[in-house]
Amino acid sequence: MTPDHPALQLWPVAASATAVETDQLILAFTVLTLVLTVPVFLAITWFALRYREGSDANREPSGIRSNLIEISWMLVPFLLTLVFFAWGARLFVDSRNPPPDSMVIEAVGRQWMWKFQHPTGQAEINDLHLPIGQPIKMHIISQDVIHALYLPAVRMQVAALPDRYTEMWFKADKVGTFHLYCSEYCGTDHSVMGGKVTFMNPGDYQDWLVHAGAEQGKVAAGRALYQAYGCAACHEPGSPVGAPGLAGLYGSRVRLADGRTVVADNGWLRQKILNPNGDRLAGGGKQVMPSFAGLIPEDELGRLIDFIKAYPGPGQSAEATR
Amino acid sequence: MSASGTIEGAAGREPHAPEATLGRKPDYLHAESTLRSWFLTTDHKRIAILYLISITGFFVIGALAAGVVRLALVVPNGAIMANDTYNKAFTIHGVVMVWFFLIPSIPATFGNFLIPLMIGAKDLAFPKLNLTSWYVFMTGALFTLASVVLGGVDTGWTFYAPLSTAFSNTWVLPALIGVTIVGFSSILTGLNFVVTIHTMRAPGMTWFKLPIFVWTHYATSLIFLLATPVITTALILLIAERGFHVGVFDPAYGGDPVLFQHLFWFYSHPAVYIMVLPGMGVISEIVPAFARKKLFGYRFVAYASIGLASVTFFVWGHHMFVNGQSDLASLVFSSLSFAVAVPSAVKVYNWTATIHKGSLRLDTPMLYAMGYIGLFVLGGLTGLYLATLAINQHVHATYFVVAHFHYIMVGGTVLAFLGGLHFWWPKFTGRMYSEPWGRVSAVLIFLGFNVTFFPQFILGYLGMPRRYATYPPEFQLLNVLSSAGATILAAGYIFPMLYLVYSLWFGRKAAANPWDAKGLEWETSSPPPTLNFVSPPEVPRVPYDYPIQAQESSDQHR
Ligand code: HEC
Ligand code: HEM
Ligand SMILES: [Cu+2]
Ligand SMILES: [Cu+2]
Repeated sequence: MTPDHPALQLWPVAASATAVETDQLILAFTVLTLVLTVPVFLAITWFALRYREGSDANREPSGIRSNLIEISWMLVPFLLTLVFFAWGARLFVDSRNPPPDSMVIEAVGRQWMWKFQHPTGQAEINDLHLPIGQPIKMHIISQDVIHALYLPAVRMQVAALPDRYTEMWFKADKVGTFHLYCSEYCGTDHSVMGGKVTFMNPGDYQDWLVHAGAEQGKVAAGRALYQAYGCAACHEPGSPVGAPGLAGLYGSRVRLADGRTVVADNGWLRQKILNPNGDRLAGGGKQVMPSFAGLIPEDELGRLIDFIKAYPGPGQSAEATR
Repeated sequence: MSASGTIEGAAGREPHAPEATLGRKPDYLHAESTLRSWFLTTDHKRIAILYLISITGFFVIGALAAGVVRLALVVPNGAIMANDTYNKAFTIHGVVMVWFFLIPSIPATFGNFLIPLMIGAKDLAFPKLNLTSWYVFMTGALFTLASVVLGGVDTGWTFYAPLSTAFSNTWVLPALIGVTIVGFSSILTGLNFVVTIHTMRAPGMTWFKLPIFVWTHYATSLIFLLATPVITTALILLIAERGFHVGVFDPAYGGDPVLFQHLFWFYSHPAVYIMVLPGMGVISEIVPAFARKKLFGYRFVAYASIGLASVTFFVWGHHMFVNGQSDLASLVFSSLSFAVAVPSAVKVYNWTATIHKGSLRLDTPMLYAMGYIGLFVLGGLTGLYLATLAINQHVHATYFVVAHFHYIMVGGTVLAFLGGLHFWWPKFTGRMYSEPWGRVSAVLIFLGFNVTFFPQFILGYLGMPRRYATYPPEFQLLNVLSSAGATILAAGYIFPMLYLVYSLWFGRKAAANPWDAKGLEWETSSPPPTLNFVSPPEVPRVPYDYPIQAQESSDQHR
């Protein structure tokens, strides 16, 4: 391991002014904590040595008025800690009131993925790309249980509630890729409900938007085919056929009826679409999927697979989809 | 056992003792030895032993689940077990440790055994109710264990809706029913203690002669009585929603999911003082006994207990700073949480001052007490960090919170429990345990605890969320360290179970007062006779009447 190995990093990167101040706050609070506790710990240790049974220490009462001591050790630490209450409160309130020129990102949580939508319409799942230097306001809601959106790099999290919007805002000032988590326990795949947030220079962000728009154009074309060829009728959640959902299928490991496990990559998906009676799924129901061999041209097949690829889902596991 | 509806008059009630043995005055353990005499006993001491055995069993179950959790976290990618298995393990761990170990731990065992002895009474006010509370407790436990055996629960001990009412496919109902039932046993115990402390004190045992242990149990009982009905109601509403789709919390039925959090924490924050106050009582007995000195600031410590039990009802919102609560509410709850720290600090400073100019013996109970003070201070102060709004919005729901409450509940309450167990073991059993083994285990537990939980503060600040079955690989080092610490901690817990049980048969016979401690419980034989005292005990002039007296204007002028 080299000294800059992430495992040896004992302090998180701070990617916003609020994050920097939060760090200063906790460090300053720790100094006060040490001032209040180290004397107690030293005193206990010293007393334990000095006043051991049989030692010839002076045990004459010191004659100090105990009421005075009591009042002072109640009030002094309390007043000192209140400084930190006030500082924390100010920083919190600031970080709760977004400036009017904030860019709004819609965030929707559901078991177990995040969906983000940019003001220009581009959508992302689990990952999020944002410009630095621009106040961002996340407008957050959940589709099912309570989740929470947590971005440690800006030292912030807010719950995603199923019945109303919550908000969070921040202004990133450091380019980089950081963790994006769900921090409110939400069931089976809580720990994989997340991805990365990438803070980029505004120019790079514009490029990203254009590229993502094009990518999403391709995926949209795939989605249209998915509707047109009738795949959706069987594969969308809630369909009476009960065909397996395709969300999160791409790249996952699929158990087959004959005991083998395969990875759902481009090749395998292509084969499965062309010849669904081969490679039957483990625990599958009645096989009703028609063979599409000779029906779908190769370029459209490619786009269908692109669509499946862009349809990541819960824990990336085919069985877990609903 | 049919529920005992008869509320016995408090005065002059004789718990049944076999007439035939009057001549030899056997102790409570040997008074009768049939199973029936244990399972139908109304002797508070025997009921305490029933509780002690049961909660030790739950501690073992909870600890095994913790072992599973720590094992899973040795690798970051969840390769050791499925996410669902992990989620069930931490849920069982939390549910069992909180409701079946920590909440009853000190009150139902030591409180049950010692309160009547400490106030010079023959039993609690309502002995049959006391036995009932144990049966209620075991019934609740049965339901909860059933949910584990049937396949487990995965909601977390907090049971947040609508995950628990609509989305979880696990055995939530039996677990909820179990926890609801256990609440009633808390209420019965609290009621019994309050009435006992009010009405059964020996002549001359005024309020300000009561040991702090009794004060803290009085405060705890008030919380039992005032807070438990709220969680009972909330859990019944959860059951109604999950079982019968009565819409209360789930927005799909017009409910409000944050309402559940309010009800839950309105109980569960005070409940943390149910867990911590009795431990403070234990430490307040041990420290003077091993410093040979009167407890410093007795009245302040007594008032601080009542103070804690009161303020603790007004801070629940500090669990919901980032859950859509209004900013104003957050400001109020944050500031009140800072106020809670005051009475806690009072206790720590007074214990320290008690050691000052004492004549110290570092026997096993005292080692636990000193460990307790250190860990409790760290737990309490990190509570203030969490109550600081801007820090909370970063570390809420991360390992920082996990470390915080383990410092208080394991570092604090469990050390106090073990300290008390060693301190009163001779009184409970009439036997002495092996002192060298006692000291080794105490040190091992202290070290193992810190290696296990200190890294979690760092993990939390680095941003590792709690309740994660898988985690980013850069957190592996600290997680492996934590798991390694857990094995040391486990060894530290196993030793006392072995040498304490060994002492039951092979330990030296204990004298009535092996520590030369003050307090009425030491005035009777070890173990005490069924009726506690052969002749009415004499109440001393002042509490903690140890050879070294602190100069205390506050106590002498009143
Ligand atoms: C009549 C219903 C039906 C239609 C229409 C249909 N499928 Fe399927 N599909 C199924 C069923 C049933 C299976 C499960 C087969 C098995 O058990 O092996 C399946 C399996 C699959 C699989 C493998 C799933 C997995 O979890 O590994 C893929 C990929 C797939 N279909 C893609 C498509 C595509 C693309 C289309 C449209 C071009 C389509 N299907 C149309 C019913 C259908
Ligand atoms: C100085 C006193 C204390 C303060 C100011 C304090 C503050 C807090 C705060 C603010 C939280 C919420 C953290 C979060 O989830 O964001 C918290 C969590 C917690 N505290 Fe404390 N605390 C104190 C003492 C205690 C004590 C005495 C106990 C137990 C005996 C305790 C047990 C817990 C538990 C169990 C949780 C986490 C609950 C959960 O989310 O599962 N705390 N504390
Ligand atoms: Cu989650
Ligand atoms: Cu709390």
